[in-house]
Amino acid sequence: MRSLALRWLQLIPLLLGVIVINFVLVHAAPGDPISFLVGDFPAPEEYVQQLRVKFGLDQPLAVQLGRYLHHALRGDLGFSFAQRRPVLTVVFERATATLILSLSALCFGTILGVALGVVASLRRGGLLDTITIMLATAGFSFPLFWVGQLALIFLSLKLGLFPIEGMQSVRESYSGAAYYLDILHHLALPAFVLSLQFLAITARLTRTSMLHTLAQEYITAARAKGLPEAAVVLKHALRNSLISVLTIVGQNFGYVLAGSVLIETVFGWPGIGRLLFDSVRMRDYPVLMGVFVVVSVTVFLANMVTDLCYALVDPRIRR
Amino acid sequence: MPWSTRESDADGPRVPQGPSSGSPQGRLQAAQTGPLQWARSWSLGFRNPSARTAALVLLLLIVVAGFAHRIAPWGPFQMTADSFAPPGRIHLFGTDDLGRDVLSGVVHGARVSLLVGFLAAATSTTVGICVGSLAGFYGGWLDAFLMRTTDFFQVLPRFFVALLVAAMLGAEMWNVILVIGFLGWPQVARLIRGEILSLNQREFVQASRAVGGVNARILLRHILPNALPSAVVAGSLDVGQAILLEAGLSFLGIGDPNLASWGKMLNNAQRFLRTAWWMSLFPGLAIFVTVLAVNLAGDGLNDALDPRLRRRA
Repeated sequence: MRSLALRWLQLIPLLLGVIVINFVLVHAAPGDPISFLVGDFPAPEEYVQQLRVKFGLDQPLAVQLGRYLHHALRGDLGFSFAQRRPVLTVVFERATATLILSLSALCFGTILGVALGVVASLRRGGLLDTITIMLATAGFSFPLFWVGQLALIFLSLKLGLFPIEGMQSVRESYSGAAYYLDILHHLALPAFVLSLQFLAITARLTRTSMLHTLAQEYITAARAKGLPEAAVVLKHALRNSLISVLTIVGQNFGYVLAGSVLIETVFGWPGIGRLLFDSVRMRDYPVLMGVFVVVSVTVFLANMVTDLCYALVDPRIRR
Repeated sequence: MPWSTRESDADGPRVPQGPSSGSPQGRLQAAQTGPLQWARSWSLGFRNPSARTAALVLLLLIVVAGFAHRIAPWGPFQMTADSFAPPGRIHLFGTDDLGRDVLSGVVHGARVSLLVGFLAAATSTTVGICVGSLAGFYGGWLDAFLMRTTDFFQVLPRFFVALLVAAMLGAEMWNVILVIGFLGWPQVARLIRGEILSLNQREFVQASRAVGGVNARILLRHILPNALPSAVVAGSLDVGQAILLEAGLSFLGIGDPNLASWGKMLNNAQRFLRTAWWMSLFPGLAIFVTVLAVNLAGDGLNDALDPRLRRRA
């Protein structure tokens, strides 16, 4: 547990690094930061100078960096010029939708991936095993957002099985259970598509890990004492194999978030992805930088949570 | 290694990449890495039919990219009279909203994808080799410093950094290549460091040290050639990743405005999913086939350089 506490300290260099990257980018980007504010409008030199002093741009770079760090660490990530609101408010407003999407995809991918991996490992070389391996290979190779587009074309537009866009029906307003069912209906397809890549990893890892565990002596012992096969597989083998699966959940959270950004753009999901897409178009750089900080911290937290679960599941680490 | 296609590293970077879990050629085949050995292992590893097919497809794609202007029936941005023409005899893959031939776009788009994929992977492999060998060979504070830097780069959400940098500094192809390249090196660096730590203990290295070899010479002549195969394999994995990353960026509208790219075509297709499914199907298929070919060929490369398979032959 002490090492876990120590790992929290890593958040400091991460945050510092991320903020310094942001700072360097602002100053390396073509054009003066002032030109973002003033725009193409021919402003009088006096006014520009006034702004320069107001935002501290006349100070040496080191002082500016210090000031920037000070603000960022207090949670002030800047101001969105396009939305005329603080960046952090804008980002957090969209974070819920993204979290709903990515967490459902993670859960779905884990459950289905583990199931697929277990079944595949039981009949090595069988049909399901071959399919799993092929799926796992393909799963690493397609751009998820393209699969999303195809799913949207064929399942939503042609067959009408799923809603086309958004998180809720616009025309009708539901209440109670129907409200959540409506969101679920909108969520199903994007979450499924987003889960595919993670599913491929989980299936492959579970399969490998199960094959390894099933060859251990204590499994032979469990079988020899006459335990039913289901108990051997589910209670003895799967439990130990799951530990390695657990580790990759946190590690891949960043990838799922990145995928989520693209999937949201396809399905019109009102999350961070759409925000990024719009901000890129409107050159709203403070929002891009804010998203970067928030995502970095979120990924770090996901890793910490994974480590914690890991320690809870595996008594060897708890010491 | 997240999204890895190889089982051995599917359990991620936190598994210690110590000397024993690194690739074993160091132990088995040291000092035998000549051109002949490479050629032999190459042909052995590529006996696998899927790897062989993948290599062929990849070769074909490179030819297509190289001769795009000869192969494509139209220019990538050339507008023809029919817009939204479905796939047919004149336009094999149909046309888009401005009447541009989708097939021609796909053929020209191969250039950006392959260039970004290979050059970014080459960049990250090179950086990884440099960082990893310096850290592993010299040890001490340099090692500590470089490995903490590696840790930092490994926890950075790659896609978001690339997006931010490309959006702010300009999305010209070379920028994109450099950004992706400079984000992908930590895995190679770790791998190489592990290899070098183990090679450092080997007799032939200690022998060259005993006869008074200079550090730089020992590193460059005796250690690196033996650590290189595993770096190449790890680097081959980055190619597909880089292609996917570039496609994702262009899909979000961050891509070289002067070049045809598959991601950009998919970005354009998004607005017309209802009317023109072909605008989405073919460019995406091109990405899928390319990345699959790269990954399977990488698997073949992995087998080719794996001495366990070599001995069996």
